[in-house]
Amino acid sequence: MNPLIQTFLSGTWGTLALFGVTLVGCLIGGTILAAMRVSPVPILRGAAAAYVDVVRNTPLTLVMFFCVFGLPYLDIRFGSTAGMNSFVLACIALTAYTSCFIAETLRSGIATVPVGQAEAARAVGLGFGQVLSFVVLPQAFRTVIPPLGSVIIAMLKNTSIASAFNNRELISAMRNAIEVRGDIVIPLLLATALIYLVLALGLGRIFAYLEKKLVILR
Amino acid sequence: MKKLSTIIAGAAVGVLALSACGQEGAPEPAAGGGGGGEAPEYEVAEDVDLSDSPTWEAANSAGTLTIGVKKDQPGLGNQEPGSDVPEGFDIEIAKIVAGSLGFSPDQIEWTETVSANREPFLQQGNVDMVVATYTINDERKKVVDFAGPYYVAGQDLLVAADSDIASPEDIGGKTVCSVDGSTPAQNIEEEYSDAELVTYDAYSKCVTDLQSGSVDAVTTDDAILRGYAAQYEGEFSVVGEPFTDEPYGVGLPQDDDALRDAVNDALEASMEDGTWTEAFEYTLGDSSDVEQPEVDRY
Repeated sequence: MNPLIQTFLSGTWGTLALFGVTLVGCLIGGTILAAMRVSPVPILRGAAAAYVDVVRNTPLTLVMFFCVFGLPYLDIRFGSTAGMNSFVLACIALTAYTSCFIAETLRSGIATVPVGQAEAARAVGLGFGQVLSFVVLPQAFRTVIPPLGSVIIAMLKNTSIASAFNNRELISAMRNAIEVRGDIVIPLLLATALIYLVLALGLGRIFAYLEKKLVILR
Repeated sequence: MKKLSTIIAGAAVGVLALSACGQEGAPEPAAGGGGGGEAPEYEVAEDVDLSDSPTWEAANSAGTLTIGVKKDQPGLGNQEPGSDVPEGFDIEIAKIVAGSLGFSPDQIEWTETVSANREPFLQQGNVDMVVATYTINDERKKVVDFAGPYYVAGQDLLVAADSDIASPEDIGGKTVCSVDGSTPAQNIEEEYSDAELVTYDAYSKCVTDLQSGSVDAVTTDDAILRGYAAQYEGEFSVVGEPFTDEPYGVGLPQDDDALRDAVNDALEASMEDGTWTEAFEYTLGDSSDVEQPEVDRY
C-alpha cells in the first residue's frame, strides 16, 4: 500500500481513538456538571459554576499543558508506556475542556423543560436524582441535539492539539507526509482538511439523524 | 490580500531595520553559547549584476533580500526571546550568501519558515531563499532548487551527562524524544523500533522532558543537539555517533540557475577563504573535526 495512504490511515485512527474516548468522557462529565449546576446544594452549584468559568475560559493548549506537564509532577501516570500515558493525559485534557461546553449546552436544554414537570415529579415522590434522570434530562438531551452536535464536532477538531503532546493523529500524519514529500505540500494540506471534513460531515449526518428520530414536537 | 501582505512585510522590514541599528556595535556572544568571540563580519560585494536572475532583480529593486530561516534551533537558527534578530550557523551562512549578492545584513529580511512551509514559500515567492536546516532530497528537488550543501549534519543523540547510552545501539527499550513528523522521528520509528518514541511540537519540550528524566534521550541533527549541549553545559552531552547524513542546502526558487550558480560560488568561496570556518566557530564551536562538504552543482 502507498506509504502516504498508510500514514494518513493510521493518523485517522489516532484521531478517532482520541475522539471516541473523549466523547464518552465529556458526555458523562458534562452531564454531571450540568446536574451539579441545577442541584439544590449551593456548594455543588458553586463548584460547578467555578469549574466551568475557569476551564472554559482557558485555551485548550494550556489545559493540555497543565495535564501533560503538570500531572506528572504530582506523580500521576497512566499506562506503562509514554505513548499510553500521553494518550490518557490528552483525553483527560480534552474531556475536562469539552465537558464545560456540554454542561452549558445541556443546561440550556434543562431550562426548556417546564418547571411544572419537575414539581409534578417531586409531588409523586421522586428524589432529585430521579427527577433529573427520568424526567428532565431525557427531554433536555433531545432538545439540545443540534448545538450538542456543534460542540462535539468542535471537539473532533480540537483533538489536533494533542499532536503537540506526543499523540500520533491526523496532524502528525500530515507533518510526517510533508517531511517526506516536500513536493506536494499543498495537496497534503488539502488532503488533511478533506479527512477532517469527511469525519465532521459524518458526525453531522449522525446528529441530523438523531435529531429527526428524537426531537420533541411541541 | 497581496497588498496587505506587502504592507505587513514592509512594516516587518522597518522594524528589522530599526532593530538592526540598535544591535550594532554590541555583538551578542554566539547563539546558545556554542562558539564565541567577536561576531564575524562578511564582505558585502558591490556592483553585483545578476540580471539573469528574476529573484535577484526583484530583491535588488526592492532593496531587501527575504530569507526564510528557522527561529527555534539553537546554534543554527534561533531567536532568543526579546531579541529581534535570529542567530546561528544558518544565519551566518545566509549573511555570507547575501553579502556576495550585494546585500548587507541590515538589508536582509528574516522570515520564519517551519518545515511545512519552506516549499510553498519558495514557490509563491514569499521568500527569496531558505536557509533553514533544509535537507537536500529528491522529492524536494522537484519543486525547489538547492545550492550547497554547506554542511552535512547527521542524526545524533543528546543524553544526560551521566547516561549509559553511548551509541545508537543502546537506545533499545529507552524513550527517545524528537519533534512530531520530523525525519529523525521517522528514522527512530523505522530503524530503531525497539526504542519508544515520544514526540512534541518543539525540541524545547523534549529538552524539558530530558531534564526531568521523563525521556532518556533527545534525537535530531547533531548541529542542533550541539547547541543544546552548549546551552546546558555539564548537564547534557551529545553521544557523537551520527547515524544518518543530512546535507543542508540553500533552498532557492526553481529554475533560477543564475542565482543558484551565484550562491554556489559564494559558498565555495567562503569555504576556501575561511569565512565558513569563522562562521562555524562563532556559532557551533570547534570546527577541527568537521569536514566542509563539496558543493553539488547537480
